[in-house]
Amino acid sequence: MSRIKSPAELEAFRKEILAQRDPDKPCITLCSGSACNATGSGKVAAALELEIEKQGVTTEVVSRRTGCHGFCEQGPIVVIYPQGICYLKVQPEDIAEIISETIKKQKIVERLLYVDPNSGERATLEEDIPFYKNQKRLVLGSNRKIDPRSLEDYLAVEGYQALTKVLFEMTPEQVVGEVKDAKLRGRGGAGFPSGLKWDFARKAPGDQKYVVVNCDEGDPGAYMDRSVMEGNPFAVLEGLMIGAYAIGANEGYIYVRQEYPLAVANLTVAIEKAEEYGLLGKDILGSGFDFTIKVHRGAGAFICGEETSLLNSLEGKAGEPNARPPFPAIRGLWTKPTNINNVETWANIPMIINKGAAFFSAIGTESSKGTKIFSLVGKVNNTGLVEVPMGASLRDIIFKIGGGVPGDKKFKAVQTGGPSGGCLPEGLLDTKVDFDELSQAGAMMGSGGMIVMDEDTCLVDIARYFLAFLSDESCGKCTPCREGIRQMLKILTNMTKGLAKEGDIDLLFELAEATKGSSMCALGKTAPNPVLSTLKHFREEYEAHINEKRCPSLSCKALIDFYIDPEKCKGCGACFRKCPAEAIEGGKKRIHVIVQDKCTKCGGCHEACPAAFDAVNILSGVPVPEATPEEARAIG
Amino acid sequence: MDIGKIDQIIDKHDGEASSLIQILLDIQSENHWLPKEALTRVGEKLEVPMSRIQHITTFYKHFSLSPKGKHEVHVCVGTACHVRGAERILDTVQEVTGVGAGETDPDLNFSVETVSCLGCCALGPVIVVDGEIHGNVEQAETAAVLTELKQAETDEVMQQCACE
Ligand SMILES: Cc1cc2nc3c(=O)[nH]c(=O)nc-3n(C[C@H](O)[C@H](O)[C@H](O)COP(=O)(O)O)c2cc1C
Ligand code: FES
Repeated sequence: MSRIKSPAELEAFRKEILAQRDPDKPCITLCSGSACNATGSGKVAAALELEIEKQGVTTEVVSRRTGCHGFCEQGPIVVIYPQGICYLKVQPEDIAEIISETIKKQKIVERLLYVDPNSGERATLEEDIPFYKNQKRLVLGSNRKIDPRSLEDYLAVEGYQALTKVLFEMTPEQVVGEVKDAKLRGRGGAGFPSGLKWDFARKAPGDQKYVVVNCDEGDPGAYMDRSVMEGNPFAVLEGLMIGAYAIGANEGYIYVRQEYPLAVANLTVAIEKAEEYGLLGKDILGSGFDFTIKVHRGAGAFICGEETSLLNSLEGKAGEPNARPPFPAIRGLWTKPTNINNVETWANIPMIINKGAAFFSAIGTESSKGTKIFSLVGKVNNTGLVEVPMGASLRDIIFKIGGGVPGDKKFKAVQTGGPSGGCLPEGLLDTKVDFDELSQAGAMMGSGGMIVMDEDTCLVDIARYFLAFLSDESCGKCTPCREGIRQMLKILTNMTKGLAKEGDIDLLFELAEATKGSSMCALGKTAPNPVLSTLKHFREEYEAHINEKRCPSLSCKALIDFYIDPEKCKGCGACFRKCPAEAIEGGKKRIHVIVQDKCTKCGGCHEACPAAFDAVNILSGVPVPEATPEEARAIG
Repeated sequence: MDIGKIDQIIDKHDGEASSLIQILLDIQSENHWLPKEALTRVGEKLEVPMSRIQHITTFYKHFSLSPKGKHEVHVCVGTACHVRGAERILDTVQEVTGVGAGETDPDLNFSVETVSCLGCCALGPVIVVDGEIHGNVEQAETAAVLTELKQAETDEVMQQCACE
């Protein structure tokens, strides 16, 4: 195919693609995102290719490797269209049956269907699975339908219609107006109104301007941006070009962390394809608009997600932040006006243009419009990516979509907003996902990490964990951030080690205030949030650590001891065999005893002890009882 | 590392100083670490002072200024993996390999690194052994994978000794 030179040619090409595609022809899609690749999607793909050939259905079926479908816990995922039959945890050996039964005989392979853990009912179609049923996948939806490296696939789902509309029917002012009317707020964390930001950059004086995609996704525990970039890179490119046209930029940069090699690879292919078809480069579609894109890989620094650091890094420098103002919209990359948005923000743009601001702003709450993708992970049954309309409650996300907490454990907290965010307790589960409501509750929308914690998670340890992360990632340029985080971390570490002193909580508050109030960038300004939110909602856990040297969740290693209840031990030897430290004294038909000073507290014995005996106890805040004397250890 | 290869990488990025980080990333992925000669060469060709190169190679976590072991083990300690017991997995990795986080053994067999999120959070805890991602790992599985690698290394050494 040569360059497409006009909207008419683009539409003709689209028609040609659609004409070649029979919507009734079976199409087997296989999720090939990073998570499914890790669970063996590559081998399934090979088996699929082989089996289609072997069973002679090459002309009767289409197969497609797509991006992330979201239900990562259950991967690799196969969905067969047009019906939408969904098979989970598919292995290479299942493929022959899928072809011979489902494709050839329209029969369902029951054992590969989703089974509801509560009711035991199976769901045949994707849309019947509660995990999907309760979502609204406006941004992620195309992921399951297209091969991220195929421009044809993207065109088949209305790709580049928005760009054409913008280039030929709208002025830059109208585009900015549409995004403003849609009330889209940035998905990268702070929720700044995107239309307003575009307007600043558009009105900023200067001929040379830039647009940037932030795909640094540093929040540990979040992977929405990765999945959008991996699964639908053309949508991000199209959004970026629309933004570039609106603000008057001809060069774009995409900053992707190097930990995401598949995102870099798919994006690079997408850019090459777009160039080849003339959807990037000079005089795009004959509109006179020129646009080029460069991909820049991050080299591992959380702070580079912060916009001024990111821009410094793009210039080939260390990613240290600058004080704002001036904001990048006025003085950004190479001192030129620059508009930077998050991946998900950009991916929303083509939809807003296609469907209109009214459509978009009808979804959500008063102050937060559209949908938001969350990475629902941690102690929750259905882990994966979920996209919900703004205004959905945390409870619905965690329980209706996520299926609640695994095992018979109790829900304890949910953390949103990453290292800048906070932990919310059960009592606040009816909080809606809304930029303002989450902030008021003491958490944050953030970029979309949603980590569920159960009764075994210690929240003092979680606060310590985030500060350890931030202490490691603070660039060190300003003192309040560098030292404030370090001192808070020291106190929290002492708490988890049983070394805390009275007055430590007050000291934490004082340090938190100082760090919040005087750090230069938002890393430091928000660093105390994990401490403050856990102190607000789980203060009694802090007090137990300080006053009783007790960890209520039985998780802080220094505060717990493993002890075998002599009344319950049946002398089976399971713990003895499991112990890697040779810290258990046993013997046939003898009460087993843990030698405390050899114990490394790995928890192996606790796991190994048969549930029927339940003899290994975890103690905290109480002394370990004297061991049964040698001569009294015989059982029965 | 071969100077020709370094020059090739630099040329691929048009020898632009703004591509410094990208060039270093490519060298790192080719060679697994950044030897001094490589940095000197990059400095000369891009006309960037060594002080700036040092600043960058120490600022960004992905760069290594010392050689890596034959087997690279990355343990994710991101939030999702943390709440699902990543710390215990890290303990197991250290126990089996004898190598602490951020370290490499003197025989250059193993390098152990912690990482904050690999984007496979739904599968936590996650470890990556020689580029292969293992999800939902337990202590026993982690130990088994690494013990096998370690045994292979020991066997190799024994064989070499026997030959001599
Ligand atoms: C410490 C820190 C880390 C950040 N990390 C990210 C990130 O990984 N991805 C992102 O899109 N924005 C991140 N941000 C927010 C960016 O600075 C910026 O606000 C955002 O990219 C703007 O895009 P948006 O308006 O579309 O949200 C971070 C901010 C701070 C202070
Ligand atoms: S937190 Fe471990 S992969 Fe994301």
